Amino acid sequence: MAGKGGVGKTVVSATLARAAARVGLSTLVIEVEGKSGLATMFGQPALDYDEVVLSAGGGPTGEGEVRARTLTPDDALLDYLRDHGLSRISKRLVSSGALDVVATAAPGIKDILILGKVKQLERKGDVDLLVLDAPAAGHAITFLQAARALLDTARVGPINAQAKDVLAMLTDHARCRVVLVTLPEETPVNELVETAFNLEDRVGVGLGPVVVNGLYDHVPGLDVAPIAAAKAVGTTLRRGEASALGEAAAFRDDRMKLQVEQLARLADQLPLPQLRLPFVFTTEIGPEELDLLADRLLSEIAALPEPV
Amino acid sequence: MAPAPSLRELVAQRRILVCCGSGGVGKTTTAAVLALEAARMGRRAVVVTIDPAKRLADALGLDGLTGTPTKIEGDWPGELWALMLDTKSTFDDLVVANATTPEQGTRILDNRFYRNISGALSGTQEYMAMEKLYELHQRTDFDVVVVDTPPTRNALDFIDAPRRLSRFLDHRLFRMITAPGRGVMKAVNVAAQTFLRTVAKVVGAEVIDDVVAFFQAFEGMEEGFRERADAVLQLLSDEDTAFVLVASPRRDTIDEARYFAEKLAEAGIAVRSLVINRMHPRFGDGRAEVARERAVTLEGTDLGGLYRNLADFQLVASREEEHVAGLADVVHPAPMVRVPFLSSDVHDLDGLALVAAHLL
Repeated sequence: MAGKGGVGKTVVSATLARAAARVGLSTLVIEVEGKSGLATMFGQPALDYDEVVLSAGGGPTGEGEVRARTLTPDDALLDYLRDHGLSRISKRLVSSGALDVVATAAPGIKDILILGKVKQLERKGDVDLLVLDAPAAGHAITFLQAARALLDTARVGPINAQAKDVLAMLTDHARCRVVLVTLPEETPVNELVETAFNLEDRVGVGLGPVVVNGLYDHVPGLDVAPIAAAKAVGTTLRRGEASALGEAAAFRDDRMKLQVEQLARLADQLPLPQLRLPFVFTTEIGPEELDLLADRLLSEIAALPEPV
Repeated sequence: MAPAPSLRELVAQRRILVCCGSGGVGKTTTAAVLALEAARMGRRAVVVTIDPAKRLADALGLDGLTGTPTKIEGDWPGELWALMLDTKSTFDDLVVANATTPEQGTRILDNRFYRNISGALSGTQEYMAMEKLYELHQRTDFDVVVVDTPPTRNALDFIDAPRRLSRFLDHRLFRMITAPGRGVMKAVNVAAQTFLRTVAKVVGAEVIDDVVAFFQAFEGMEEGFRERADAVLQLLSDEDTAFVLVASPRRDTIDEARYFAEKLAEAGIAVRSLVINRMHPRFGDGRAEVARERAVTLEGTDLGGLYRNLADFQLVASREEEHVAGLADVVHPAPMVRVPFLSSDVHDLDGLALVAAHLL
């Protein structure tokens, strides 16, 4: 999952995991940017490096389990060194801050360590689906491009091998897809289109459908004057009510027109199917809202054209 | 005690305005608006943007990456200048200015490890934003410098960045590499060599050679960097500087903003103003529950739809108000300014002026 800051990437990651669980698939959500609201969306305390179960599977409908974990470059490095028989120096490398020096010497090494860990988790095959909540848009490109860049810097050795494996995973469309998330607004749409082409050209990843988040749902009556609407059902409005109803309707109507324009522009500039998620009229996503979003995502996915 | 200055007073009086906050909350737009308003007040203002959206960049006359201020012509008594932060060239200038000889400067600029620093070392962008701020502040042709900050999760990233980077350049590893091998240092050096060999096994020897060459070339410049970092930090906590915390009213960004404010306070820096962007407008003074009830009773009719819509917006507005109130307490006595979620997006000078009407 990749997208500009503030577009709801984490919400969409959680929604996808929840939707997968509904159809019986187990999911592991991986976070790389430190604290986020992921766990609270499932009604759980904040994440740590160790895996946590966000929602248990099973039940009468045979739901899949949703788990989550955070990955930091430091932890991934420790794992990596341990796996390569270098645990003796690993602590020192991290605690002395030498990782910063090494990471600067070979840019992308932190990203490769994280992606390498993701690849390892994928190979382990414990879950049906891995959802990586990637860094914000600009960084997502460098993040995913790290493998290619590192192949040039470190031409031999274990890091080179690691970069090759990661690149193989990223460019294998059957194993990995990048899902870009955006809002139906001008700037996020522009950035998404740019990111999409960059990712395809520079990394060679396969793009999944685009998720457009935060669309106002259609509501009947927005174009009807409140007084006329009241008359139609034989009632009257209290003082000030007509203007409140009318202004709120006009606001939603204006924003919806802009949203429709942006959806059309996005479709025009990027030939990818769109999965549209509604704006949730609250300020905080909890389990209840997440279920609602997962329902919508599943019906949007069901309506997608058959993959070719 | 005099009441805390309003955002308008800050724009009229302070010499530095730092817009900080998490990503996607409208920091760049807010910074541009504050600079524009300063120009409208007759001040000579310059705004440093980090990564403006294409159309805003066009509106500010920023055609591509440009590290030098560009003047924006317009109908205001003051001056409005804008530039986009160019991390690499800012760092290059800093190296050249601190080099003991021109050769030393060139040697560093040509080093591959150095060339990676501006792109890969975490905190570099934050550091250079603060460095640019310092540099513009030193000039006499601007009355006020407004800076946008990189979208960091941790406020300390940019307060710490100058010091962290000078620590990095003064790294133990650096001293281990460059120290002449005698006495106690010799033992350290042997350990360092072993360590480096192990690292080389992982990333390749070529990479380590670049690192060693870089630290050797850098010798003698650490002091200059450290002094400059201290001067930048001092400027940030100066009375002439005002931090403007920018947030949006969603629960998660409010939590981040709160954390931000607390960290700034720990560093001895007070938030002087709080800007909340994209607040949903409040329609009428009724309660969402009442409208919701009527929507349910009238389900299927146009009026039912209208009530449902009103209930939606009233609910989100009251939730936002609750979150925002909590944050206002944290930054007290700094004033809070709310900018409504406008019915169109902001990407030109007219749009900025519209935001300004709400902001000041």
